[in-house]
Amino acid sequence: MNALIAITILAPLAASALGLLWRKNVVARDITTFAGLFAAALASFFILAGVADDGTHVVWVGDWNPEVGIVLVADLFAALVLPVALTIILVVEIFAIGQRRTSWGANPELAGPLLGVLTSGVSLAFLTGDLFTLFVAFELILVSSYVLLTHQGQRAQIRSGMTYVVMNLFSSTLFLLGLAIVYAATGTVNMALLAERVPELPDAVQLGIGGWFFVVFGTKAAVFPLFSWLPDSYPTAPTTITAVFAGLLTKIGIYAMIRFHTLTDMADLGPAMLVLAGFTMIVGAIGALAQTDVKRILSFHIISQIGYMLMGLGLFSVAGTTGAILFLVHHMPVKTVLFLIGGLIENAQGSSRLSRSGGLATAKPWLAVLFAIPALSLAGLPPFSGFVAKLAVISAGVDASSSVIVAVALIAGLLTMLSMTKIWIGVFWGAASDEAEPVPTRRGNRRLMITATSLAVAGTLTISFFAGTLFDLSERAAIELRTPGVYAAEVQR
Amino acid sequence: MSIVLLLAIGGLTGGGFYLITARSLSRIILGFGLLGHAAVLALLVSGGGPGAAPLVGNGADAIANPIPQALALTAIVISFGLTLFLLALAQRRQDFSGDDLVEDDLEDRRIATQHERNEA
Repeated sequence: MNALIAITILAPLAASALGLLWRKNVVARDITTFAGLFAAALASFFILAGVADDGTHVVWVGDWNPEVGIVLVADLFAALVLPVALTIILVVEIFAIGQRRTSWGANPELAGPLLGVLTSGVSLAFLTGDLFTLFVAFELILVSSYVLLTHQGQRAQIRSGMTYVVMNLFSSTLFLLGLAIVYAATGTVNMALLAERVPELPDAVQLGIGGWFFVVFGTKAAVFPLFSWLPDSYPTAPTTITAVFAGLLTKIGIYAMIRFHTLTDMADLGPAMLVLAGFTMIVGAIGALAQTDVKRILSFHIISQIGYMLMGLGLFSVAGTTGAILFLVHHMPVKTVLFLIGGLIENAQGSSRLSRSGGLATAKPWLAVLFAIPALSLAGLPPFSGFVAKLAVISAGVDASSSVIVAVALIAGLLTMLSMTKIWIGVFWGAASDEAEPVPTRRGNRRLMITATSLAVAGTLTISFFAGTLFDLSERAAIELRTPGVYAAEVQR
Repeated sequence: MSIVLLLAIGGLTGGGFYLITARSLSRIILGFGLLGHAAVLALLVSGGGPGAAPLVGNGADAIANPIPQALALTAIVISFGLTLFLLALAQRRQDFSGDDLVEDDLEDRRIATQHERNEA
């Protein structure tokens, strides 16, 4: 098990180092990157199987005492989210290999290896047992995302990249100051020890720490009112990069929030979280309605969906946390797939603007089907995965008799459906637009791109097939998180 | 805990926050520099009082807490790298437009003005 955990973090990192070494050799580079990502994804499924059977597995790196050393904790929550995230990255890498030869493809010499660094950071962020390693993991992810976003050096990317970097650097600096505050108050940054020591602090200090980290993780997760950097920057990057960002980056903020705020039991922050969750859902959904570009509509949906996960967390009940975890598992693949399809639309029509596309339902009916499944899933219609996840969150809200937030969640779902209809009418119905931009002659390996997307769509469908199993696993993970002392007892020896 | 250090942290944080509210990226970079120093000082202060170098077997009674020092060192390296990256971004922006201003969301502004035009 120790080796499996090491593989998820080190294999992508090693692959990216090797990939940079022979970056001029296309075949060797692609095979190395793919092998590293594949090894990590495969290992993560074994971790999930092991953790589901035998319970939490802890690695004390270098055999240090958790008070001073680094611990990696594969509890059920981490083990459940990890395979989903790593599989997504693998699918996107397949899509990227197919897309390399189009004019929208990322620079493959850099993009592949950087994706490896990002993957390593993602694994570390999920598995780490202390706040400082979480900070380092965030930096690994963010630094590679800064470069991925701006490495083509086009004007629009530099402009939006500046906003993105400044916002994220700001939240990283706040993270660092927050670490100093936590260390001064408790004498540790280990989460298991924090779970014991933070509840003993005076109420005001507890609230201060909880609120501080809510702002830190909230900026990364694009919670209202800290979201404006997201729809600005994501659509400017190449499809594959946006797809990874959309599927993973904001969700890691939510993951960190679920982990930190349930372990330290910040239930006092619950009402404030619910209010912000409501605003996040509604503002994201209304923002999406106003947009006229497929990628920007999808970007605003990310914000809206973050609201649901925050709602699950803000209820501070086992049912709510279960809903948030299930939503996380459903949302990551669905969002990534939608952006991949956005890329296919762009590839077929030369633009992702609604005014410059149309008629794809007759020209490319398979693309319409591929789009419809995750789109309906995101809007939360049965029998797709979004329905199961939304049902879990909303029924938790009904159990807690928080009727306002439940109403807001339902309205936001309706608005999401409306803006999906907008994409459908703009892109798939009607006649092909006269303004359509010329489709470039180098169109990449379309078969590979479509295969990757279809695989991912099939993957989102399996989530609704195994909804029962996933719900049970999420519930077990939520109970582990919410029962005081369980996590701490595993990590200490 | 030294009052001088606390005042220094406060001053650096205040100055840093003021600078990163600017439009110009070079001011923002300076602001992050100040904030980074504030965070490193805060980490050092959080580790408790001064002491001898935290080496094993140096015979001193009171050694300084090594953990915040290790954390601070990591933070310094990261913020150093990011400062360079921001400078490169500013340079690139300078190549394009002759300034280093952080701009608003252009597409958002376009949609907003389009709405006004429709109403008029």
